[in-house]
Amino acid sequence: MAVYKLKTPISEDEIRKLRVNDVIYISGTIVTARDQAHRRALEFFNQGKTLPINLEGLAVFHCGPLVRKEGDKWIIISAGPTTSTRMEVFEDEFIEKFKVRVIIGKGGMGARTTEAMRKYGAVYGAFTGGAGVLAAQAIKNVQSVEWFDLGMPEALWILEVEDFGPLTVAIDSHGNNLFTEVSKRVETSRQSIYQTLNI
Amino acid sequence: MEIANVIEEVAVNLLRLAVIELPSDVKEAIRKAYNEETSEAGKTQLKAILDNIELAEKTQKPMCQDTGTIIFYIKAGVEAKGLDKIPQALKNATLRATKEVPLRPNAVDPFLQKNSGDNTGRYIPYIHWEIVPGNTIEVTALPKGGGSENVTVLGMLVPGQGVRGLKKFVIDAIMRAGAKPCPPNILGIGVGGGADIAVKLAKQALLRPLNQPNPNPEIAKLEKELFEAANMTGIGPMGLGGKCTVLGVNIEYAHRHPASYPAAVAFQCWAARRATAKIHTDGKVEYLTHKV
Ligand code: SF4
Repeated sequence: MAVYKLKTPISEDEIRKLRVNDVIYISGTIVTARDQAHRRALEFFNQGKTLPINLEGLAVFHCGPLVRKEGDKWIIISAGPTTSTRMEVFEDEFIEKFKVRVIIGKGGMGARTTEAMRKYGAVYGAFTGGAGVLAAQAIKNVQSVEWFDLGMPEALWILEVEDFGPLTVAIDSHGNNLFTEVSKRVETSRQSIYQTLNI
Repeated sequence: MEIANVIEEVAVNLLRLAVIELPSDVKEAIRKAYNEETSEAGKTQLKAILDNIELAEKTQKPMCQDTGTIIFYIKAGVEAKGLDKIPQALKNATLRATKEVPLRPNAVDPFLQKNSGDNTGRYIPYIHWEIVPGNTIEVTALPKGGGSENVTVLGMLVPGQGVRGLKKFVIDAIMRAGAKPCPPNILGIGVGGGADIAVKLAKQALLRPLNQPNPNPEIAKLEKELFEAANMTGIGPMGLGGKCTVLGVNIEYAHRHPASYPAAVAFQCWAARRATAKIHTDGKVEYLTHKV
């Protein structure tokens, strides 16, 4: 296991160095996006419209933050990851079209995303589920919020972060998926657990 | 102060305490898990959880952005005054806590899909009542996160298989849940009664501190056995692999119908938020889960 500090925009070369179980910390710009933002971004792309931000080399964070407005400034109070599997249907195309290099979330993603990460050079960084204050602490500034009509949790929050992490690389750009490996191991433990419990 | 105001004030405090600071038994269990975890990814996750817990206390912010569905458990002394005022007081407290703490608005109309924006709505905050002897009112706040709630299971098991069937049901539930409920988890297991009773007991089991096994030694033994088995699955913290999948297993039971064997498993994530206080007739308040 190695620890890497990455700065956005992140290059494909930097991503190719990472292996599952490595830990990364990101500084620079990350953008939150959940189901609806993914859908809209892809619609924009297909209609030839430009996104409010160029995502190339950036990290996308599956997160619906708890935010408070103080004066005209947005303050992120808590911003843990949401379950990533809901974005599985969009993510491969999203990685291909927008060249994002890191997807941050919890719970892991499936075969389509793993394949896209291998092909285009991206990784999945697992952020601890529920660790919302830890995440908020690394967020130094809300650069802007776009697509606010989607609602607070679904909007694109463009965030300036410093040492955002720890993120465990759970899918790397070489086709390895830690969650799939773990589920396989869990499955093989089933019979011995049944035996121990005499069932 | 009017009793209704006391209850409201206490309930606001309980909601704040619950979402910001974990009870000591849970913190203790997470620390122990961190020390015992051998997988690197698992250790990284547990360390992040511990850092997050500390930071939440220091900055007085909710430890997780999902501050849950607001549920209260009330133990109402039959001789206590102002019991009829409790529902309104708890509703007021929820509205206030949502603004003051703040809590994330989490009450959505299931047909209109509209978020009420203030954590209240039909039957929400939900109140579980128990009438007990005496004149005190005990209030417990349990803000319950959605991620762990979504993997709750109810099984109408085969009575002939008895406890063996129950064990298999629990292990299968843990394996199916995997990373979804933000492990390490606390499992509340409800057995017997009927379908509704099993689920209710399962949830109620989550209120029992981790260092208090079931008073029945046979059940306590089963709790320990399932705890050890759950930690053999290898799911680990956040499903990234490791030893520590559950922090504890609590079982509650009721007698069952001869033809049925209902069993329910409620999952609580590591953000096991609960807070309890006892209100005496003279308005004196004792906080039982947190130092205030
Ligand atoms: S399961 Fe628990 S820790 Fe995870 S996001 Fe939901 S409330 Fe937070």
